[in-house]
Amino acid sequence: MKVLVPVKRVIDYNVKVRVKADQTGVELANVKMAMNPFDEIAVEQALRLREAGTAEEVVAVSIGPAQNQETIRTALAMGADRGIHIEAPHDIEPLAVAKLLKAVVANENPGLVLVGKQAIDDDCNQTGQMLAALLGWAQGTFVSALEIAGDKAKVTREVDGGLEHIEIKMPAIVTVDLRLNEPRYASLPNIMKAKKKPLDSLNAADLGVDIAPRLTIVKVEEPAARAAGVKVADVQELVNKLKNEAKVI
Amino acid sequence: MSILILCDHENGQLSPVTLNAVSAASQIGGDMHLLVAGDASGNVAKAAASIAGVAKVLVADDKAFENGLAENLAPLLQSLSAGYSHIMAAATTTGKNVMPRLAAMLDVMQISDIIKVVDANSFQRPIYAGNALSTVSSNEAIKVITVRGTAFEAVASEGGSAAIEAVTGGGEAGLSAYVKSELSSSERPELTSAPIVVSGGRGMQDGANFAMLEKVADKLGAAVGASRAAVDAGFVPNDYQVGQTGKVVAPDLYIAVGISGAIQHLAGMKDSKVIVAINKDDEAPIFQVADYGLVADLFDAVPALEQELG
Repeated sequence: MKVLVPVKRVIDYNVKVRVKADQTGVELANVKMAMNPFDEIAVEQALRLREAGTAEEVVAVSIGPAQNQETIRTALAMGADRGIHIEAPHDIEPLAVAKLLKAVVANENPGLVLVGKQAIDDDCNQTGQMLAALLGWAQGTFVSALEIAGDKAKVTREVDGGLEHIEIKMPAIVTVDLRLNEPRYASLPNIMKAKKKPLDSLNAADLGVDIAPRLTIVKVEEPAARAAGVKVADVQELVNKLKNEAKVI
Repeated sequence: MSILILCDHENGQLSPVTLNAVSAASQIGGDMHLLVAGDASGNVAKAAASIAGVAKVLVADDKAFENGLAENLAPLLQSLSAGYSHIMAAATTTGKNVMPRLAAMLDVMQISDIIKVVDANSFQRPIYAGNALSTVSSNEAIKVITVRGTAFEAVASEGGSAAIEAVTGGGEAGLSAYVKSELSSSERPELTSAPIVVSGGRGMQDGANFAMLEKVADKLGAAVGASRAAVDAGFVPNDYQVGQTGKVVAPDLYIAVGISGAIQHLAGMKDSKVIVAINKDDEAPIFQVADYGLVADLFDAVPALEQELG
């Protein structure tokens, strides 16, 4: 089985984002970028499936500008076998991403697509579900445990009330949650090896997909800042303030 | 304009968050129809019909919808979509699972997790864990939207008398099957709707120490939450997690105990009305959003707090 892992290039999760003064978006220039942390978990899971003999090949795909090739190299350094880069604008929407991925799936015929449950930039939480819809495949979302047996996968989903176990038919889309695994670090020798691994590049237009945005960004602004609080000396003062000043208890 | 809203329900009970989703829809305007799928008890449809402002309740009483499987539910919603300008759901794990599948089937771009209705076509939503707010406008024929419940005041659960109508569509797609749930049971209020939340972080050191927080929570009638660090460490189950990728809460009072305040955690609680932080590290970022900060060892402060509450 081949596993396809879409990986997104986002602002590093440790960076405090700044909104642009003209309110058109957030500042991306000279900002540290990294692989979406949820997608790292997806790469790790694909590698574990290959190591367990369930998968034969792990293919990482990234959609965006030329710099996205760095993100693919990160996946290759972790251990993915090869990469596919699809040249497209940075802020392409999830629906367009899902359509491009559908075209990649048609070419590659993977048995499983593993992807992060959401990207930490737009926080949309859509791409995996949309891809599943376009392919007519089953979807296991927000997954914290995955077990593949033949043409079925048992998945454990993190839901609002706790955990849910479902069984999905393969091929399938699985969107991964934080507690599925802890991604490995790429070792220096593997980073060097990754430079020699195959990475194909193609253009969104080559795939015959309309990627024009459907939504217009009217403005992007900073949230209202909270007023500075006070430090209290002890528990008595805290309870007193909560009772008599804030009046919340 | 008319709006279709997918109801969240569990064990024959309408989930309260549906009232928040209806609230968001009422700000858009137009007829509001509610869809209840897969509730054999009939109680959910009755509860939905009595929500103030609802014009009609559609009931799809098929076992295939019972467990909210997206592969079965999305085609049902698609078959009902004609004539609706908006299809909405609360941004619960059900809404987040089903709605993007529906949006792709309708070939429209979804608007996730809205926190404000600007007009019928424009909505505000948080991005970058709430560190920026994006206002987007959509010209899609049908707007598929998920709603952040805590951003909209619940509408009244009584006062309506909507007609109930049976519908069919979708059904067993044969792609997925429900096996079982492991749901946390608690006598305490539900985390996302509790007026007071007491949360613990890595500083709690051990799951057993959460008993201290539970005692405080019980005196306050509060829910108990946790940071990702505490959940990852196995102190408490996943459904306790407050944050960017866990639950978003906005109670009247949020007490953060032993939580440093990573931006991913702040994303889930910074809209709380009053925030209290108890942490022994006076440099912890949590103090930057706290109305009341207490620099103290939580193992002294929490039992003292419980005593003080009497």
